[in-house]
Amino acid sequence: MSEATAAISEREQFIATKGRRKNTIKCDADSIAGCVSQRACVYCGARVVLNPVTDAIHLVHGPVGCANYTWDIRGSLSSGSELYRNSFTTDLREKDIIFGGEKKLARIIDELVTKYQAKLVFVYSTCIVGVIGDDLTAVCKAAASRHGIEVIPVESSGFIGNKSAGYRAACEALLKLIDPVDRREAASRTINYLGEFNLAGEAWIIKDYLQQMGVQVNTVFTGDSTSATIKGAAKAALNIVQCAGSMYYLAGKLQELYGIPYQQVSFLGLEDTAQSLRNIAEAMGGGELRAKAEVLIRQETDRVAPIIKGYREKLAGKKAAVYVGGGFKAISLIKQFREIGIEVVMVGTQTGRPEEYDTINELVSDGTVILDDANPAELERFMTGQGAHLLVGGVKERPLAYKLGLAFIDHNHNRKHPLSGFDGAVNFAQEVYSTVCSPVWQYTARQGGV
Amino acid sequence: MLDCTPKEHKERNSGGAINPAKTCQPLGAMYAALGIHGCLPHSHGSQGCCSFHRMHLSRHFREPAMASTSSFTEGASVFGGGANLKTAIKNVFAIYNPEVMAVHTTCLTETIGDDIPNIIKSTEVPEGKIVIHANTPSYVGSHITGFSNMTKGMVSYLAEATLPVKREQVNIIPGFVNPGDMREIKRIVKVMGIKSIMFPDTSGVLDAPMTGKFTMFPQGGATVAQIKDSGNSKLTLALGRFASSDAAELLVQKCQVPATTLKTPIGIKATDALLVALRRAFAQEVPYELEEERGQLVDIMTDTHFHFHGKQVGIFGDPDIVTGLTELVLSLGMKPVHILTGTPGGAKGSVTGSFEEEIQAMLASAGVTANVKSGSDLFTFHQWLKNEPVDLIIGNTYGKYIARAEDIPLVRVGFPVLDRSVHSYLPIVGYRGAMRLIESISNALLDRADRDATDADFELVM
Repeated sequence: MSEATAAISEREQFIATKGRRKNTIKCDADSIAGCVSQRACVYCGARVVLNPVTDAIHLVHGPVGCANYTWDIRGSLSSGSELYRNSFTTDLREKDIIFGGEKKLARIIDELVTKYQAKLVFVYSTCIVGVIGDDLTAVCKAAASRHGIEVIPVESSGFIGNKSAGYRAACEALLKLIDPVDRREAASRTINYLGEFNLAGEAWIIKDYLQQMGVQVNTVFTGDSTSATIKGAAKAALNIVQCAGSMYYLAGKLQELYGIPYQQVSFLGLEDTAQSLRNIAEAMGGGELRAKAEVLIRQETDRVAPIIKGYREKLAGKKAAVYVGGGFKAISLIKQFREIGIEVVMVGTQTGRPEEYDTINELVSDGTVILDDANPAELERFMTGQGAHLLVGGVKERPLAYKLGLAFIDHNHNRKHPLSGFDGAVNFAQEVYSTVCSPVWQYTARQGGV
Repeated sequence: MLDCTPKEHKERNSGGAINPAKTCQPLGAMYAALGIHGCLPHSHGSQGCCSFHRMHLSRHFREPAMASTSSFTEGASVFGGGANLKTAIKNVFAIYNPEVMAVHTTCLTETIGDDIPNIIKSTEVPEGKIVIHANTPSYVGSHITGFSNMTKGMVSYLAEATLPVKREQVNIIPGFVNPGDMREIKRIVKVMGIKSIMFPDTSGVLDAPMTGKFTMFPQGGATVAQIKDSGNSKLTLALGRFASSDAAELLVQKCQVPATTLKTPIGIKATDALLVALRRAFAQEVPYELEEERGQLVDIMTDTHFHFHGKQVGIFGDPDIVTGLTELVLSLGMKPVHILTGTPGGAKGSVTGSFEEEIQAMLASAGVTANVKSGSDLFTFHQWLKNEPVDLIIGNTYGKYIARAEDIPLVRVGFPVLDRSVHSYLPIVGYRGAMRLIESISNALLDRADRDATDADFELVM
């Protein structure tokens, strides 16, 4: 298997080992035809970013599959509307492909808007819409004026790029929704929180920290957001960006259009959480805010550090492999693993950017394998070759890890506990401990079982 | 959805789906292809399709689901995907080295009109390796149609009639069921003393044991040699009209293998029908082992029937499974009042009637009336339940929203089950499968009775 993998020389540029040679890894390129890529498409990228907008109708214009596979998969929580957890599709049939789907789309928007009294509809374009040439923009515009609501087309035909292009399409859709505002109206102590999807209620944890510092969250992009909160996004004094892969573009645009500065944050692990809170306090004027941030950080750190130390002792010497969507998350995970005494021996991403790979390369120890858009065979080869005990990944990686007798943490849509902030750091340590130190591994061949 | 569904029922003519009860063809094609030993399914389309299908299968089976993709780009969709598929074929054999590569199309490649057979013919395939294909336009039928089409593709590419006299063996086309079901059907046929070829056969592929090693191509699956030899069999049993009858029909035409289409063997009646068909064709007595199982099942049914009698139930899912479940609950004296599938129409080329007609006939002979609909969605199902509540829902995981909103117990059966485990290992078919279903159904009803009982009504023995 691994010899055969090596045969594909094209893939070698996407893999590097720290310390052995110059580490400019190739990334941000299209996958090779015939590979078992773990990557998704433009539509998937757009949908996962926009789906947490809770009071919107998310209507997928295409055959049934695209809507079905993304139906409530994110685990984003809502404090209000549950409308986003439904699956709406135009369910295109053969005759729609031949005669065009515009009329059907218009009809379905009318039906849904009447039924659910929604203020906002996102209409997602899929592969086939790009090919049959439906004019999504025109249909949406007409529907919007018919109903006096927002009907926003999302240009997410699957073949126009990879998931990153979908993030961009989602950002474009969000920009269309935001009301322009006079900067003098900006509230001084409010921020937008970009690239946070409220999985397992993570946004709520961070909102609470910020509130304790005297900072209000204006809207989150897009966890537990609504059409109303997003419309008012231009009023914030600062944007903080967590999932950079999906939201850099939006942050840049909001700066350009409305002069809102932005900074990157991470709330994974004690170190990054504390640093991010300090940075936010500084960016908003320091002084009293900074003092409040320090109190919060001290209180919380004092509370959780002993618990994490307990786990660190149990986990010392274990090795982890990381394969996640974006580069920034990978960076945070490397640091967070260090906090619990675990070294990262393999790290890869689906859509990491060159500068992120540079940072990863600086962070990891010699011998760590770094790879972009890996296939399962490569993951296997390097996880076992590097002696990892644990893999952090998404849905498709979980059964692969288990088959190899490796522990696993879902750091994607299927996470079960919030992993953000101080409590999230404890949850993370707890999850790592409960999988790495589970008795089930005793029975696997890898550990000397039958 | 929770409480987003209004009770008031209005006729919907928009043609869209709200909370669909089906998914698209390529997923079914991928699942079927995984039932060939040493096969890598290949999705000819954008990489998102492949990724979604693998994710969905992985979530249901909790196993790796391997498949490659043509990774379409804008250029490919303008100029055709021939070059991508050719590169893909070359790379798949160079990197993963499967025995078979099973190509299925997507809505994109169907619409741009890629001529798959010609592309395959004009590409060099390594000696001894095979590329098969199925056209699976996502905008026709459902995942069940895709499963059927890929199974048909296996026959059209592989099956051969090479012998003057047919062998004493039966082909079994199991339909879109779990590996645990396929194992159980094979066991029953083996106990009958009859040699069988099952295809597709995902047992040993999507329920492979944990060995500490990742194998791209686990030990299970129907081998190419077996599928070839299916043309020499004496009989084909197609289990489930929607998923299996087209392939069986093609075997009749191509290799003159007689075919019988039966219901998916869920419940006592359908399992009896399977044994009767085998006994007749192969002049075999039903051995005591199976008689004993049947006797145990009847024993269980009589022991527990009073729990079930008159209980109202709503069933949704894939047509072959729903048909079997309906027959099973009727045999227990339950009253199915809402029966729905997302898959549209009747099986292509099938001589029997549509899903709705078949279900209505079963209901009529039991003297029961119900809402029955094919090609529908869970919004409709939910509205039915709001207007006529039931004691129990049987369906896949997507029923959990409705179950919660209406506070009705849900027994998870079918595809996909994303929130419970072990289901794919244990059968719902055969006499043992029926026992398992009866256990699940009665546990759900009795757990609910315990939960709802006042202290005064709470009983130890039930």
